[in-house]
Amino acid sequence: MTATGGTADRPFLTVNNLAVAFPTEDGLVRAVDGVSLSVEKGKTLAIVGESGSGKSVTAQAIMGLVNRKAAKVTGEIWLDGQELVGLPQNEVQELMGSEIAMIFQDPMSSLHPFYRIGDQIAEAIRAHRKVSAAAARKETMEMLRHVGIPAVERRIDAYPHQLSGGMRQRVMIAMALINSPQLLIADEPTTALDVTVQAQILELISKLQGDFGTTVIMITHDLGIVADVADDVAVMYGGRIVEVASTKALYAQPEMPYTLGLLSSIPRMDRKLPERLDPIRGNPPSPINLPKGCVFQPRCNYWERVPDGACKTVRPDLLESDPDHFVRCLLKPEERQQISRDVQQVLAGSPQ
Amino acid sequence: MTATSTDTREVMRATDLHTHFPVKGRGLIPRTVGAVKAVDGIDLRVGAGETLGLVGESGSGKTTAARSILMLVRPTSGTITIDGQEVTSLSPKAMVPVRRKAQMIFQDPYNALNPRHTVGTIISAPFKVQGVVPKGGIKQAVLELMERVGLNPEHYNRYPNEFSGGQRQRIGIARAIALKPKLIVCDEPVSALDVSIQAQILNLLRDLQREFGIAYLFVAHDLAVVRQISHRVAVMYLGHIVETAPREVIYSTPLHPYTHSLLSAVPIPDPQRQGRRKRIVLQGDLPSPIDPPSGCVFRTRCFQAQEKCAIEVPPLVEVAPGHEVACHFPISVSELPQRIEVEKPAVDDTGDAPAEIHFIEPGPPH
Repeated sequence: MTATGGTADRPFLTVNNLAVAFPTEDGLVRAVDGVSLSVEKGKTLAIVGESGSGKSVTAQAIMGLVNRKAAKVTGEIWLDGQELVGLPQNEVQELMGSEIAMIFQDPMSSLHPFYRIGDQIAEAIRAHRKVSAAAARKETMEMLRHVGIPAVERRIDAYPHQLSGGMRQRVMIAMALINSPQLLIADEPTTALDVTVQAQILELISKLQGDFGTTVIMITHDLGIVADVADDVAVMYGGRIVEVASTKALYAQPEMPYTLGLLSSIPRMDRKLPERLDPIRGNPPSPINLPKGCVFQPRCNYWERVPDGACKTVRPDLLESDPDHFVRCLLKPEERQQISRDVQQVLAGSPQ
Repeated sequence: MTATSTDTREVMRATDLHTHFPVKGRGLIPRTVGAVKAVDGIDLRVGAGETLGLVGESGSGKTTAARSILMLVRPTSGTITIDGQEVTSLSPKAMVPVRRKAQMIFQDPYNALNPRHTVGTIISAPFKVQGVVPKGGIKQAVLELMERVGLNPEHYNRYPNEFSGGQRQRIGIARAIALKPKLIVCDEPVSALDVSIQAQILNLLRDLQREFGIAYLFVAHDLAVVRQISHRVAVMYLGHIVETAPREVIYSTPLHPYTHSLLSAVPIPDPQRQGRRKRIVLQGDLPSPIDPPSGCVFRTRCFQAQEKCAIEVPPLVEVAPGHEVACHFPISVSELPQRIEVEKPAVDDTGDAPAEIHFIEPGPPH
């Protein structure tokens, strides 16, 4: 479960108080500020947030992709008993691709345009294992078949530009999984794809997860995808996790006003058509100049219910509201839950 | 919502619209060796004050159709009338007065605004181009427009890079409504925006429609967004319209297998309901529009496909008032099994091998 901090049974991945800050001309950009989370082996954790929420930087930090010369990374990342933040660059590199793999939104950014796809995957094998070229090619072919590439014998020698977007995404997934990593980080893996292809790729990821027992962190802005694939969800806003719970609990009763706002601002096909959508007002905060109190306060509809305007001055902690349901909000839990029920009731209506 | 949709006056009609792009061969003098049939014979009609949603995946031709209607891309054949005037025969210069009546909002608010122009200059451009001087002067009109779309009029002299994506889209909207057009073609106007901002823009578009009676041709791939804003919906696939119907009908009782597939592929933000939904998992991608399949264009990915589909092009037939379907074997929601997997043997995306289909009958919800 996604309890914060390490627990006795030692989750597979634990992130403690992770912070990533980029010094820029305009000031220090605190992209990630005190993120703690954990994922159990074989489970899927979704990190949801809008642009600038810090979700992608969190993933890159776990993956060791944040340039340490350009950014200050603090905190702890424990992967299967090994701490990653303090690890020298070359040892992190060793883990990348073998223990941890990542797939990106745009497959063209991780496939080399000049090399045949088969050679690129084979190279990933031989970078981490002592295997003959022929054996690597055979393994590549099997993996390509596994991810659903048609006519593998021919496609293995294709260049990335000769494939469609969906096919490229499959190739990238094949490359990511070729060394059976224990952790797969998928950063918006289907955002660039059409819905019918998205459905194929999401099914593929969960099928492969079943086959290989891979732990998955899915970064997305799409609350529909989260509901589809995730066991647990962490909602990020302004560089922080503002709510974390099991997917079921989060959708049944979102407590943080931001989560509630997100869920009520999206048009939904499964509910009766609202007269108007109910958007969150204003814009997300600048990571250089975050509000002093709760980062969501300027856009929150409920901060006036907290006495003394505390939301403007006090940074709330991520506290347990229900078992395994953590919320970063100064409203009393009962009050939040009541708000959540009221809003949901208005929204729900009867399904079409 | 449907208050204005019953208006029968037309602001736009496209008839048998084709837009093909030539494919050149190699050689010293490249010859045309084929054509990308981006739009291949579609009929569209938008009534005054109504929103027609045009949905489809990338490569379906929806954007080309939208651009053709405003003559930003010259159609290969067919006719387009905007507010009663035929426009396909007009020269670009003769088209200028027509643009007072029909404007466009673009997908990418970053590229649609000149970075070297201030917001004031951008929004006042339509007045200057058309030689219109509104009452109280252009600047006064621009300030009012900014206020109306939710921008701070004090930002009149700022540049686009000082605004967020949502605010830039508001600038684009202010420019589009400046001359009170009868039709605005919106090409994916919210798909580049964050979800919390999407809702703000959708609400704004709808308020403006009510206030000024503007009709929208709303091109989008997001079916939930289209449902929110449209009165009628047309579904495009590979240059053809496969189904069109009033909004309630297309979402509750669609008949075309492709519409079913699209609707079932949209993830719903409710983990419990998501698990119980009917699923249609298509294989592969859109075939190439250079060499589309014979007969029905969807047949290579279709779970209903039979021999007839390869031979005969299904015409768009009206099955109920306002509901048209182009399919030899339409199927209703209740006839759909719980899960359909369309599997093709290892062939190319354009392959003609028959699809292998697994129907999985309803079991207990998981």
